[in-house]
Amino acid sequence: MEKFKIQTEKLNAWFGNNHVLKDLSINIKENEATAIIGPSGCGKSTFIRCLNRMHELVPGAKSSGVVLLDNANVYARGIDPVTVRRRVGMVFQKPNPFPTMSVYDNVAAGLKLNGIRDHQKLDRAVKRSLELAFLWDEVKTQLDKSGTSLSGGQQQRLCIARALAVEPEVILMDEPCSALDPIATAKIEELIASLKDQYTVVIVTHNMQQAARVSDSTAFLYLGQLIEYGETTQLFENPTEELTERYLTGKFG
Amino acid sequence: MAVSEDSRPQQVRARARTGLVSLRPLRQFSGDGLFETFSTIFASITILIVVVASVLLVRGSIPVLQSFGTGFLSGTNWISVAGSESYGVLPYVLGTLVTSAIAIAVGVPLSLGIAIFLAEMAPWSVRNALSRVIELLAAVPSIIYGFWGLFVFRLWVRDYFEAPISRYVGALPVFQGTPFGLDILTAGLILAIMIIPTISSISKDVMMAVPSSQREAAYSLGATRWEVVRTGVLGYARSGIFGAIILGLGRAVGETMAVTMVIGNASGPAALPTSLFKQGATMASVIANEFSEAEPGSLHLSALIGIGLTLFLFALVINVFAQLMVWKVLKVRGGSVE
Amino acid sequence: MLPLASILIEVVGKGLPAISLSFLTKSTGNITDPSSGIGNAIEGTLILIGVTCLIAVPVGSFAGIYLAEFGDNKFGRTIRFLNDVLAEFPSIVIGILAFSVVVIAIGHFSAIAGAVALSIIMLPIVTRTTEESIKLVPSSIRDASMALGIRRWRTSLSIVLVTAKDGVITGIMLSIARISGETAPLLMTVLGSGFYFSGLDQPIDALPLRIYSDYKNSNYPSALAQGWGAALILIVLVLSLNLGVRLLTRGRSSFARARA
Repeated sequence: MEKFKIQTEKLNAWFGNNHVLKDLSINIKENEATAIIGPSGCGKSTFIRCLNRMHELVPGAKSSGVVLLDNANVYARGIDPVTVRRRVGMVFQKPNPFPTMSVYDNVAAGLKLNGIRDHQKLDRAVKRSLELAFLWDEVKTQLDKSGTSLSGGQQQRLCIARALAVEPEVILMDEPCSALDPIATAKIEELIASLKDQYTVVIVTHNMQQAARVSDSTAFLYLGQLIEYGETTQLFENPTEELTERYLTGKFG
Repeated sequence: MAVSEDSRPQQVRARARTGLVSLRPLRQFSGDGLFETFSTIFASITILIVVVASVLLVRGSIPVLQSFGTGFLSGTNWISVAGSESYGVLPYVLGTLVTSAIAIAVGVPLSLGIAIFLAEMAPWSVRNALSRVIELLAAVPSIIYGFWGLFVFRLWVRDYFEAPISRYVGALPVFQGTPFGLDILTAGLILAIMIIPTISSISKDVMMAVPSSQREAAYSLGATRWEVVRTGVLGYARSGIFGAIILGLGRAVGETMAVTMVIGNASGPAALPTSLFKQGATMASVIANEFSEAEPGSLHLSALIGIGLTLFLFALVINVFAQLMVWKVLKVRGGSVE
Repeated sequence: MLPLASILIEVVGKGLPAISLSFLTKSTGNITDPSSGIGNAIEGTLILIGVTCLIAVPVGSFAGIYLAEFGDNKFGRTIRFLNDVLAEFPSIVIGILAFSVVVIAIGHFSAIAGAVALSIIMLPIVTRTTEESIKLVPSSIRDASMALGIRRWRTSLSIVLVTAKDGVITGIMLSIARISGETAPLLMTVLGSGFYFSGLDQPIDALPLRIYSDYKNSNYPSALAQGWGAALILIVLVLSLNLGVRLLTRGRSSFARARA
């Protein structure tokens, strides 16, 4: 029986008075890639930002409901959101390496700024993370170069390495390939396949084919509600909901 | 990528080492609260300074205001000899107003001309180079303007400006007196030079922020180049330019050193600006001249602080007004302030 | 344009002859002595700048940080407004303020009084440019840092502020250029002196003050020449700071024009 890494129960979210997520109850399986798909504005990004308590950083944002990480509610009173974010990492749509830092410092940032100073430890962590992100070979001689001097695809892998360096258990990806060319995209999809073994990946994407390629389970959201959730091949070939089918066949986008 | 079975226990061990095992309850001391408190305190220092300044200015002025009441504002005497003291700031207020008026009268047309040239007509490279020069001009300290004004500029003004004027229209009251360059006119002209960079650069920015659709609309109606500038651009940018002028005025009012060195420093009724060629004084120049000689606690000092208070209020009103105008325009356009 | 050229020409022309190593290093002493130099004035200006920065940079930066990070409320708006008010104080009024507080307290003119006055002039500029620089850092950088589990204050200081550092340094340099030329507030706080630094609670000389007193003594030809020389040094200092800022912000337009 597969374990659920993350479970949400009746998750609701608002931006001010705007009710963007409605009673979402989704169970994310461990060591799998779960795709969240749906048309623009359906709340996909908001959903994953609730999983690592980033949603609440926006002024006027509210949420209610339960989000369980390994059966512990991350929204329980008294829980420090910082510890949640260290266990649930995030990669953003547009690559955002820290502009004043080198490749090395970017990857090490999460560790250094949390008090880890031991050079050897940092060296090992940086190497390991860059390897996991399929970037080590390309940058191993240029660790001192500025993070922003890399190409778009490399920058995104750098951001993935940076997220990996703090050893999270879950990796959230918010449309990570939408700013990248097809070759860079392919590399990242390959990367996701390899990350699944050690991590739980949740990827938001507006690209249905990508979801089909990369994920084991898929959730389809529409206007803040969960319409359908199931095993990817099943959902794509034989959706149970009519709305899902209409979306998948491109009747609306 | 093949993953060995012992990566998982390694992960757990690693997490245990760095203390990230479970969801910890909120630490009482997370540093964030301290950070916010700390920065709030520093930010409040600004408020503290403004409050203290206002209080001190008022408190320092009370003695002289009590002694002379409104006569302080309307009087023209300035006698600091103990026993027969009399203090009235009218000549200095007028001096400030007249020099600033000259500065505006001379400076604004020149500034606008420069701004129009830069915003509308100059090629990109000229605009950049010239803007840079204007900024350098704005950076020159007041005292250097004063020094130069005293030893160089006023000779020019005297020889090329005042002497001819005096010869031809010297009978007019506003040009009475033998000009030798250290007078209200020179002070006003130096102020004009000093405020041109401010007014022209802000006006230029405001004009450049006018959306090109305005210009295109004017062109399409068959307007000439100049008419496009006049109606399409200047009309739209009017309040921003007005704000820039007010800002320049604020600067002229508060300007001290350059004025002190070229205005001749008359005192009391002799400082009344009845002629452009007369020596005069402004609120700022009097304070600069007399402050270090005034006895602490004396009525003289209080009178000087009273001038300071008056000057402060002038500058405050002018600058608040200017801020409102400039901000209104530039915010609406969506452009950045500078 | 013409005035700038004239100023430069005159100052360089009249100032250059006065410059020599002894001019730059000797103290003023007796003004009528033709070998008096401006060494103490240069030293004074540097000391005043140093002490002023020590006061104004931390206060201004943190005030700017406050406004950028926490300032979206009524209190923040008040501070921003008052900061602009402070920026427009005539500098001579600031001199009165510093006089009333520090000179009265110590009992006589002093360097620290001058530094206080200059800090009040410098503070609003640093606050404003720090706030603007921080606000220019894209929010995605902040998001990335928070998502890594880095604490808010660490994010603000080690990531955001560091990213904004060019803008902040620009603001500081421009305000240094501004205060090094300020004379009026110094007239009533530091008095000027003919001698080298003798303590923060003692009068001190500074370049603009030296120029002013040379003007007062300009019937002595040596004083006049000294004034030109001092003016040259001062202009070189101010303009090189401004040009330095230009170089730093090549490619970026908004900061260099901090309305000082």
